[in-house]
Amino acid sequence: MAAIKLDGLTKVYPGGVRAVDDLTLTIPDGEFFALLGPSGCGKTTLLRTIAGLEEATSGSVRIGDRDVTHLPPGKRELAMVFQDYALFPHMTVVDNISYPLKIKGLAKDDRLGRAVKAGDELSLDGLMQRRPAELSGGQQQRVALARAIATHPQVFLFDEPLSNLDARLRLEARTFLKRLQRDLGVTTVFVTHDQAEALAMADRMAVMDAGRIRQVGTAREVFQRPASTFVANFIGSTPMNLLSGVVRGQAVNVSGQIVQLPGDARQHVTDGQDVVVGVRPEYLSLSQSAADGALRGVVAIVENLGTASLVTLESDGFTVAATVADGEEPAIGTDAWALPIPGRTLVYRREDGELVDAPVVAAVA
Amino acid sequence: MQALLDNLDRLWSGFLTTLGMSVAAAVIATILGTILAAFRVSPLPPLRALGATYVQLVRNTPLTAVFFIVIFGLPAVDVTFQNFFIAAIVALSVYTAAFVCEVVRSGINSVSTGQAEAARAIGLTFGQSLRDVVLPQAFRSVVPPLGNLWIALVKNSAIAGGGFAVADIAQLAPSLARDNPAQVLAIFGGIALAYMVITVPSGIAVGVIERRTAILR
Repeated sequence: MAAIKLDGLTKVYPGGVRAVDDLTLTIPDGEFFALLGPSGCGKTTLLRTIAGLEEATSGSVRIGDRDVTHLPPGKRELAMVFQDYALFPHMTVVDNISYPLKIKGLAKDDRLGRAVKAGDELSLDGLMQRRPAELSGGQQQRVALARAIATHPQVFLFDEPLSNLDARLRLEARTFLKRLQRDLGVTTVFVTHDQAEALAMADRMAVMDAGRIRQVGTAREVFQRPASTFVANFIGSTPMNLLSGVVRGQAVNVSGQIVQLPGDARQHVTDGQDVVVGVRPEYLSLSQSAADGALRGVVAIVENLGTASLVTLESDGFTVAATVADGEEPAIGTDAWALPIPGRTLVYRREDGELVDAPVVAAVA
Repeated sequence: MQALLDNLDRLWSGFLTTLGMSVAAAVIATILGTILAAFRVSPLPPLRALGATYVQLVRNTPLTAVFFIVIFGLPAVDVTFQNFFIAAIVALSVYTAAFVCEVVRSGINSVSTGQAEAARAIGLTFGQSLRDVVLPQAFRSVVPPLGNLWIALVKNSAIAGGGFAVADIAQLAPSLARDNPAQVLAIFGGIALAYMVITVPSGIAVGVIERRTAILR
């Protein structure tokens, strides 16, 4: 078991693309950590650099008390599960699981013993003599996991572990992976572009963009208090309402309507400052009668989300979405008022998209 | 036809010579060609250059010229062979290896890069990954083109008898035709048939091997 420490890690590809840009991050021992971000944000490159499949341009990677920056992947005591599993198609399941142990120099009996044990843990008994192509996607994933587990690594690295499964299986695998990680207690880093996956599985996550980390935190922190409009946009299955406005006294003027400034934000803004008000649809209560401090609009669209509906209000200059319990949807074309739940409104600076209480960082040229 | 039947013993011994020469050259060419293919995908640029140069030089030289170089050229630099049979095997091996190299390389390229990466992640060296992970998959996907090379090799071996005094099937044809000018068509037809005795079953065998070794990916 070991913590992962990245210090100033940078990966520049030939041609000058900075896929990972001066990244410093500590993942404590035993944590289930997600790297989350849109395609091209550098999350997979970061994982591959930790794995040693990519050479770091500068900075260091430490696993436990060892500096592994310049070690080949096989010497880092980690196990990687690939997006397409990369099982060896010409080997049986048991050979797939035990082959890495052979490379590590284990005696034949030990190899077989460990392979069978890992196979049992992942309910692969009965499939051990099959070839990967004779298995379902979910079974293949479990073989890939068994192959990783059998080596007793210090760290697991999962690249998009659920993306090759169908939607139904994905939910099961999510629960399964989380339990497996908890049982084994091995520090695990996984890459995903699916924010719901990261929120559901990870103890903590890093939201990445353009090779940099935009926010690190628990699911709750990142969901309730996104550090920037970028994160706010990315996290949440329904996008956060981001309304441009101007500070006027104790409130923000959004295209002529008024949103109260949260108490803690007032001291960080000046009158007349351009800001963006962020509030999640889940944190807006919708009513059909006028309410103080609520945003008024005309009901334009109602989307069914299953147990709730997403109602989009249109107003002069902006649209705002709010969720309502099923059965309480207002009629299309009627007026409605969306009132922010106290303490759930966030205010961002318009110029850099950061929370107003964040320190101002000089723009990097 | 009678001429062939009268010389069945010579035909049989020529047949064995052709078969022996082809099998020996096929084994050597497969080993050499696979090593060259490994060079061509190696992480070391000098090895890659070596493999590419070999292929370009040999593949673009006529086989007859390769025979001339091996049999008459090499002795000039004190490289000699016990007899024409050995020399013919060398010439055929050197020539066919260039084609084997390219076929195996295309097989290697057909293996997804994820396989080699998984191998690296496990801790395999380049050589181990090639031997245990990449080549077993690569060979399975190139059974048909390797079969083609084998058939071409059997027929190419006729140059050894036709031009260089190896007593194979092909050498029999001109001498029999000289002695029995009236039967020339039957003689050459019979000689061609003798090659087919090797190549046609080979083609069938290749199909069987392809099905047996196929793996789903």
